[in-house]
Amino acid sequence: MNADGMTPWRLLRGALCILVAVYLLAPLVVVVIISFSSASFLQFPPPGLSLRWYAQLLSTPAWTNALLVSVKLLVPSSILATLMGTAAAYALVRGRIPGATVIMACLMLPIVVPGMITAAALFGVYRGMGLNGTLTGLVIGHTVLSLPYVVATVASALRVQDARLEQAASTLGAPPWTAFRRITLPLILPAVLSSLLLAAILSFDELIVSLFVSSARVRPVAVQMWSNLLGDFDPTIAAIATVCFGFALLVLIADLALRAGRGLRLA
Amino acid sequence: MTNVLELSGVQKRYDAVVAVDALDLSLRSGEFLTLLGPSGSGKTTTLMMVAGLQQPDAGTITLNGASVAKLPPYRRDIGMVFQHYALFPHMTVRRNVAFPLEMRGVSKTEALRLVDEALQLVGLPDHGDRLPKQLSGGQQQRVALARAMVYRPALLLMDEPLGALDRKLREQLQLEIKRVHQERGISVLYVTHDQEEALTMSDRIAVFNQGRIEQIGSPEELYDRPATRFVAGFIGDTNFLSGKVLAVSDGRCEIETPAGRLQARATQGLLVGASASVAVRPERVVPAASAALRGTITDVIFLGTSRKYVVRLKDGTECVVLRPANEAALGARGSEVELGWAPAHATAFRDG
Repeated sequence: MNADGMTPWRLLRGALCILVAVYLLAPLVVVVIISFSSASFLQFPPPGLSLRWYAQLLSTPAWTNALLVSVKLLVPSSILATLMGTAAAYALVRGRIPGATVIMACLMLPIVVPGMITAAALFGVYRGMGLNGTLTGLVIGHTVLSLPYVVATVASALRVQDARLEQAASTLGAPPWTAFRRITLPLILPAVLSSLLLAAILSFDELIVSLFVSSARVRPVAVQMWSNLLGDFDPTIAAIATVCFGFALLVLIADLALRAGRGLRLA
Repeated sequence: MTNVLELSGVQKRYDAVVAVDALDLSLRSGEFLTLLGPSGSGKTTTLMMVAGLQQPDAGTITLNGASVAKLPPYRRDIGMVFQHYALFPHMTVRRNVAFPLEMRGVSKTEALRLVDEALQLVGLPDHGDRLPKQLSGGQQQRVALARAMVYRPALLLMDEPLGALDRKLREQLQLEIKRVHQERGISVLYVTHDQEEALTMSDRIAVFNQGRIEQIGSPEELYDRPATRFVAGFIGDTNFLSGKVLAVSDGRCEIETPAGRLQARATQGLLVGASASVAVRPERVVPAASAALRGTITDVIFLGTSRKYVVRLKDGTECVVLRPANEAALGARGSEVELGWAPAHATAFRDG
């Protein structure tokens, strides 16, 4: 095939790629632009530009509280999910655990089971424990939801690592924890950090479990946005959406930078 | 000489399969002992049990006079070289070699000195700052060797360390490992399926077959006086001629074969009247006037230092004869020859 020539197939492929990109990006672009609108209602294209909706965002306690709750929620839940998920992946991939496949499948359930079911189940369990409407309840819920992503990411990183490296470390005098810390962990660190960032985004973005488990006092950004959308809404919602988008973008860039940095170091 | 390592009655099974069966083995201080056998014969399993990476189901393993049954690998005073190097990819060569010293709490200055010395010994003094993937396979294995002996372990274990390298590099590294072994006086337990490698490097060889040791001895013993038919066939090239035992006495025997009546060394279990095979090395077969064997040369292959003759005996079996190239030719293709050997150079084994 001629890689340089503009064959009809090449043109079609290019056009399709652009179309998909536009389809994916257009709504985002519209939201970002509207967030800088000077109009008092959602209007596109906006009549003028201003930062008034960002000012509005920061001066509305409901939004600032929601942002604070989201941060208080995503930090512990992503760290917990990463610690537990990494430990579980390590045990399931490296250990000789009977029924490892079944355990792995169970850990993956939150991805497979509809969010509504998980949310309702958590709500039911929490009722007896008084965890509904608490930050602890939300942290546990988000940890459960992020866990399968961490387990899957770290497990696949472990599978491509040579298990003999740990055996070698062991024969060279390294006890198991030292071998893990000095040999295995540095090698799977990109995957671990990736899953930490992924868990953070998942938590920030999560709606269904949060809807069930949160309360008026403990209400993360996603729930606040949801209730805002149900009533009359103004471009504040676009501003907060842009903040969310910016957060996800930052995390993505951090992840890419991590990978690139690592690639350079090993090159 | 004391024994560094002793295995007694060691057994290992995987489900129904017995990988290693009632194994007794001892390794003398400073000795280079090779476990040689086909794949699945239990040699690597044996090595893994010595390393502590696998647990025996029965028997005891003693290292430096003390049982290591309860000791995890990191508490056994061993070094191990793996077939695929197993260097830590995120550490430089120097940090790889320093790793075992660090684990033993050796001071930094002392560690640096020992690492440099070890890298010098394996011929890589200027490669300390490289990463493993910047080295060739042969260089990586040298680093692995340096790493496994920099802390002077009581015993160095090597699991087919040259298996992933090409022939030329393999031969070069064989000699280097042997040199390092001699310079350091280190005890080595070496695993390979390559009989030439075993002959080149070892003080003694234990030939494994189906989880058992068939024979253990010096390369010369195994080659010249194989104890079993398996050893005779596994090490070096051998002609086998089968027949019936006519007489056994005084370590010698006489075997009647369709090709003629042969004399050989007797091994255990030969019974008069039972069937047996006579094994003889191609280079031990000589032209002889009063010979028992007659045949026709069907092929002559020039090998540089020697010539290989394929002789079809009168019963149809083929016998390979190897003669030095500077000796008079045995004959051309198609010519009739008479062959024989000194009885001490052939060995008879019971069949079945």
